[in-house]
Amino acid sequence: MQTAPSSNRRIGLWAAISFFVFFAASPFLCMAIMAFKDSADLYRKANNPFFYNLSPTLEHVELLFNDTPYLLFIQNSLLVGIAVVIITLTLAVPAAYALARLTGRWGERAGILIFLVYLVPPTLLFIPMFRIIVALGLRNNLLSLIITYPTITVPFCTWLLMGFFKAIPRELEEAALVDGQHRIGAFLRVIMPLSLPGVISVIVFTFTLTLHEFIYAMTFISSSAQRTISVGIPTELVRGDVFFWQSLLAAAVIIAIPVGLIYNLFLNRLVQGFTMGAVKG
Amino acid sequence: MTSASVPQSNTTTRSWFPRNLWDNERAVGVMFLLPAVLYIVLLVGLPFLIAILFSVSDVTVGDTSLDFVGTENFSDVATVDGFQYALANSFKFTIISQIGIIIMANILAVILTQQFRGKWFVRFLLILPWATPVALGTIGWLWFFDSAFSPIDWVLREVFGLLGPGTLLGPAKNIVWLGKPELAQFAVILVQVWRMTPLAAVILMAGLTSIPQDILDQAEVDGSRFFRTLFRVKLPMILPIMIISLLFSTIFTFGDMTVVFILTRGGPVYYTQILPTWSFFVGIQGGDLGQGAAIAMFLFPLLLAVAVVMLRIARRTEVN
Repeated sequence: MQTAPSSNRRIGLWAAISFFVFFAASPFLCMAIMAFKDSADLYRKANNPFFYNLSPTLEHVELLFNDTPYLLFIQNSLLVGIAVVIITLTLAVPAAYALARLTGRWGERAGILIFLVYLVPPTLLFIPMFRIIVALGLRNNLLSLIITYPTITVPFCTWLLMGFFKAIPRELEEAALVDGQHRIGAFLRVIMPLSLPGVISVIVFTFTLTLHEFIYAMTFISSSAQRTISVGIPTELVRGDVFFWQSLLAAAVIIAIPVGLIYNLFLNRLVQGFTMGAVKG
Repeated sequence: MTSASVPQSNTTTRSWFPRNLWDNERAVGVMFLLPAVLYIVLLVGLPFLIAILFSVSDVTVGDTSLDFVGTENFSDVATVDGFQYALANSFKFTIISQIGIIIMANILAVILTQQFRGKWFVRFLLILPWATPVALGTIGWLWFFDSAFSPIDWVLREVFGLLGPGTLLGPAKNIVWLGKPELAQFAVILVQVWRMTPLAAVILMAGLTSIPQDILDQAEVDGSRFFRTLFRVKLPMILPIMIISLLFSTIFTFGDMTVVFILTRGGPVYYTQILPTWSFFVGIQGGDLGQGAAIAMFLFPLLLAVAVVMLRIARRTEVN
């Protein structure tokens, strides 16, 4: 009686795990297999799409790196990502600290404003943004993404950091204040080192959010040399109606795996960021 | 409170002006908060106002002068077939996918709070659909739904014998998922469920793990079995978090254009068109900024409703 239900439960658990893993990961497994498939193998309807009927080839991965702007897309994405991380930290760290410790009534209102902004999707704003970018002469310029992406990252990161700052006992910085340090000194010497994990999370999430972004990159950038991966891969690796399927899928899976690993590492903090604003006000 | 320390630090050190300023909590608070607020007002508030202005003016990419045209854009866009599909589909896709997401995510969250071997790796695989940039994950599905070489078709045809001449789903050798209205809509909804479930699940997981252990112990002492505990104790307790995860995935699904853009571009004809893609096609590709902005404005009422619910929840938890 004791073992029977628990072994049934284990079987049930693993059946459920298998189903979900299959549903979630099979597209990626297929991508990884496809990346090395010979065209003669791929484009035969009777061939099993999940195995190599002909020996695998590196041809398409080489094509991806040598003959397409793939590396350029990655470089553009890295550049935009790093710049947006810097801007986001500059804006979000002080704002989060102020919301956690310093401001009174109107600060709370400002906090609600920032929170509401994280509910506004870029698809609502991309047309006026496009006009602003054109007016600033930033079309086809990565700067257009660098100045607009923080609208997506700052609200989220402010809430994430606010949670961290609130979790640090006030007594610690009060001790520093008594010791004759001023507010900013206390903030830099006491609060910042303690909230380093929060700052690292913000860096990770800001970076990955910029990798995800699609509609601004699609709207503001139309020259292939300035594309980021999110838009560049699905648009530029298609010539007319001809897809370079193996290269396309390779391009996607090469990005997906490392980003997935990083997410997995920081998952708990991410969840904290999502629920903090709504749950803890 | 910290205000007590202010006069103290004044007595211990020279008092020059910036120092006083830095000790003034209010001033520092304003200084710290202002850049973020200014940035948000400039790059979200201002564009939002411009969006409203555009939606009641005749602005195009070619002629950027704003002439007031009242509700003309709204009545113009509303009579076009593409728009009507877009409006209906935006709600249809969002609602149906949320049902799928919340069911799947609840099961997934329960799974992920169990102890089992290799959990870290399993979690990595399960989180992939959401961690991967949407555009790239959707490419994998584009291949799955390919009109000629779809692996799904291959399984149906070669493994189960359901597809091809003389079979249940035949006689065609391919389903052509994205070429048929209902199947294309199904494909879009499926991909939304696929990519949003992990996010909803991890939010629910945070709720499940925060249930105090003594409540669970009590349920166990009372002889409550796994499913009974789940439905009677755990799920009711995480209801507020469930609503939050639902709100987030609603917003992210409703506001997303990437899945439709990559899978179908709104086709066949207009059958998978949604507000964000239609707004893009009319406003950016068609060059009619006013109409594009008017179409995007239709996203706003639902987002506003979600925001109001969210704030209510926040206020209620604060009172408790």
